[in-house]
Amino acid sequence: MDKVLMKGNEAIGAAAIKAGCKHFFGYPITPQNELPEFMSRELPKIDGVFVQAESEVAAINMIYGAAGTGARVMTSSSSPGIALKQEGISYLAGAELPCVIVNISRGGPGLGGIQPSQADYYQSTRGGGNGDYRHLVYAPATLQEAVDLTIEAFDIADYYRNPVIVLGDGMIGQMMEPVEFKEPKKRDLPDKDWTTTGTKRNRKPNIINSLALDPAELEKHNIKLDKKYKTIEEKEVRHEMYKMDNAEVVLVAYGTTSRIVKNAIDALEEEGISVGLIRPITLWPFPYKAFAEIPNTCKALLSVEMSMGQMIDDVKIANEGKLPVHFYGRSGGMIPTPEAIMEKVKEIWGGAK
Amino acid sequence: MLKDNRIRVIIGHYGSGKTEFSINYAIKLAKEEKNVALADLDVVNPYFRSREKHGLLKEHGVKVVSSYVKGSGSDLPAVSGDVLGPLQDKSCNVVLDVGGDSMGARTLGRYKDYFIEGEYDMFCVVNGNRIETQTLEGVINHITSIEGTTRARVTGLINNTHLLRATTVDQILKGQELCRRVSQATKIPIKYTAVVESLIHQLPENIEGTIMPIKMIMREAWM
Repeated sequence: MDKVLMKGNEAIGAAAIKAGCKHFFGYPITPQNELPEFMSRELPKIDGVFVQAESEVAAINMIYGAAGTGARVMTSSSSPGIALKQEGISYLAGAELPCVIVNISRGGPGLGGIQPSQADYYQSTRGGGNGDYRHLVYAPATLQEAVDLTIEAFDIADYYRNPVIVLGDGMIGQMMEPVEFKEPKKRDLPDKDWTTTGTKRNRKPNIINSLALDPAELEKHNIKLDKKYKTIEEKEVRHEMYKMDNAEVVLVAYGTTSRIVKNAIDALEEEGISVGLIRPITLWPFPYKAFAEIPNTCKALLSVEMSMGQMIDDVKIANEGKLPVHFYGRSGGMIPTPEAIMEKVKEIWGGAK
Repeated sequence: MLKDNRIRVIIGHYGSGKTEFSINYAIKLAKEEKNVALADLDVVNPYFRSREKHGLLKEHGVKVVSSYVKGSGSDLPAVSGDVLGPLQDKSCNVVLDVGGDSMGARTLGRYKDYFIEGEYDMFCVVNGNRIETQTLEGVINHITSIEGTTRARVTGLINNTHLLRATTVDQILKGQELCRRVSQATKIPIKYTAVVESLIHQLPENIEGTIMPIKMIMREAWM
């Protein structure tokens, strides 16, 4: 198929359908509205179901119900809407239900604003819901990557029986870029023998639940979940390295910010300053091991975010106290400029000599 | 030489490039005419609206009229009453940058009285790389539904077929072929071909309409 020009929100919707998603439950919020709008138009054409729920809380619980049938299901929202879904996400993880949740994030806290932001890093990677649960978080930086990761997210969700979040800031949802829809690589997925689709009197009833009143049973369940999360940490972590050879400062950035950082790195290179980038593609699991590959030439790390500084915590964990860790960020919907990032790097680079 | 009628309405599928065309057109127009206003009637998109560039447009002598609500932080479907000023001022050259699809074009219904034959042009921006306007039927559907909503006629086509920084001359020619077929079927002439500046010197001679060089004003260097 030829490349077409799509808006991020539409492209994610088209990718979900390509991945076999036939059921969408959601509630409108800017800047992700084109996604439910796209699904409301396209899903009926393939015998799917689109429901605009009465709230985000209702939508995530519809996801819980539909996922229990084994169908591929998706919901999407933006920051405060995702906050409302947190209870449901914890329940989905507890009941081991696969689903894909898209967060096209905006400025916060509270209702915040409609411009792009990355201030949901804690929410996505630490979880706003209760209990010992984890879920994979994909953070695409281009629309092609958003398409590819959305398609993959459905396989990952099914494979591990766990919710997966695709986190794009508002810019990823609203910008346009050429994309193509390649046939996805198929994973060997286990049979869905856990669904509640009727026993046909051939088996015992399956039960989908996140309630366990016996503490010993609940601990056993938590240990089982933890084992699964450890496997995800080991096998599904993903990152990109950019111009790391002889880098004197290494930047860490994801999503839209990583694109701006790359422009800054290229411009700094022309001025004779070697700077590299570690770009986490999965925010959880975070690519801690990538930091072991930072060259000896590196004098400092700089986390660049569209927030007041959240990912920097993981950067510090990964750094293990070895190098000074700096921060540059804009928040509230303001977007860092390549020039401002260059200034910050020069300040660190000058001071680090 | 932008010898179009005084009121220029720019419509099309959302994401077709209306705003980028409108801004480039208005800046070019302001080089030839004194009194140029651009009205941002986009009530569909929350990002990438021409009002974000009002400072730059002002520098080029283009007055921007948009929402009463200041700044880029609002997605209220509010259009300023000030739009009437340039429409009523017969000495003013107006560009109306309209939101996408027939949904976005609904704002135009309010200005029907000013869409008098010979006094306005309504240009449909066509990007043959947008999924819904890749075919003859797709483009004609868009034109029909937008004309129905606005109660005004499309007077010209703009071939704006592109893939942003990945655009090639072949893409532009593919879009031209599509626009030619639409033009044959609807009798609407191709008025402009919009081309990113870097490709202008590579264009063959058989380009339809006036070539409008496009600077990517809405798109930051890192995008």
